[in-house]
Amino acid sequence: MKTARVLYNGAVHSAIAHEQGLLLADGRVLNELDVIWLPPVEVGTIFALGLNYADHSRELGFKPPNEPLVFMKGPNTLLGHDGQTPRPKGVKFMHYECELVVVIGQRAQRIPREQALQYVAGYTIANDYAVRDYLENFYRPNLRVKNRDACTPLGPWLSSVDEVNDPQNLALVTRVNGLVTQRGSTRDMVFSVAYLIEYLSSFMTLEPGDIILTGTPDGVVDCPVGSVVECEIEGLGTLRSCVVDDKF
Amino acid sequence: MQTALLSGQPNLLPPAGAPGTLYGSLLNQGAQLDALASSIHGDWGTSVYKAAPQAPVLYIKSRNTFVGSGAKVLVPAGCDAVEIGATWGLIIGKTACRVSASQALEFVSGIVLVNDLSIPHASVHRPPVRYRCRDGFCPIAGQSLPVTDMLPELSVWLDQTLQQTVRFARLLRSPAQLIADVSAFMTLQTGDILHVGVDAAPALARAGQQVRIEAQGLAPLVTNLVAA
Repeated sequence: MKTARVLYNGAVHSAIAHEQGLLLADGRVLNELDVIWLPPVEVGTIFALGLNYADHSRELGFKPPNEPLVFMKGPNTLLGHDGQTPRPKGVKFMHYECELVVVIGQRAQRIPREQALQYVAGYTIANDYAVRDYLENFYRPNLRVKNRDACTPLGPWLSSVDEVNDPQNLALVTRVNGLVTQRGSTRDMVFSVAYLIEYLSSFMTLEPGDIILTGTPDGVVDCPVGSVVECEIEGLGTLRSCVVDDKF
Repeated sequence: MQTALLSGQPNLLPPAGAPGTLYGSLLNQGAQLDALASSIHGDWGTSVYKAAPQAPVLYIKSRNTFVGSGAKVLVPAGCDAVEIGATWGLIIGKTACRVSASQALEFVSGIVLVNDLSIPHASVHRPPVRYRCRDGFCPIAGQSLPVTDMLPELSVWLDQTLQQTVRFARLLRSPAQLIADVSAFMTLQTGDILHVGVDAAPALARAGQQVRIEAQGLAPLVTNLVAA
């Protein structure tokens, strides 16, 4: 099942995917352009991975890491499907990162990888925008690059685990203004979804609603103001966002 | 908000309420920056850091780290001792986005004692999740003070011994400047806590020890370290 959280006529609704858009619990069917999309789950801790695809590591001039390069993000970063992400004035390189997101479904402590997928509630898509002009080398990627307001669109749907045969065999595509700029497959992850759950739960407790953004493959390009960026993952849908001028 | 994660432990949350997101400041204590600079012989350019820090360097303490005073916190197996990061947390009282330093303290509803526990790590090149975000690794006191009453020093006691006096006389960014410079690139929400940084050589404590962070006029922030 695919579920969403949307705002419609002043109320927050849970909705499920319907052939004409979305089905609300009360039976109303809505066009997807008539709602405001919220992140599809109420999010707890946000983990994100750097350099988790070998090709993207090479693109950035790094060797793939020996240990997952994990960082965290705050809730100020989140944005629903069809939202707007501001581009700071004067920056030269702001790029998208299309990422498979794992949503934790139950408390997880010291879980071996063989059992890890049992702790997953479902999957969604993130676009983990980065503003590379602000990179510094202390706890890199630093928060000024990765923790900006509305820089992490999430959604549109939460797809339950039965919708995903194998999280390590999903095609990813990003389009900017309709042109394909990034292609990859989750089979090229350095550290798999199951390994990441084992790793994180080995030293901390994961809770329902925690999410893991699993990194992005090769092929990131600068997104000027006006870019409409679509991140699509096989079977999960397409997450759209627009880069807008930062007014201040 | 998590309670301490040992079974049978009473609910030891900070009574002031669950923080939203807790952001720690790295290298805001002048001595901490000096110590890092001297570890690379003052040569930022050829080091992995490439240049001295410009913007505030922050990290997140996740919700599993939050416990109140009196909590038991596990020292991981294989870790000799943990660092006691005694510091002040600035509690954000209203949404702070692009605020000026001259107005910044109006956005602070109070300050609170924070014990930013960490596993010692020499390199600060990559994010510190494994070192700083273990369960219970961020004890937070329940009692707050007005920011104008921020005391210039905190005492760190291990059992009956005064182990360290942490001073806040030489912060790179004052609390007001820190809020201004952080809120220039991200919004601080009501209930978030931003701490002002830990000292260069934090006290080290082992399993079996009781840690007390004390400031005059406040109940101590007590943490009982236990072996995993």
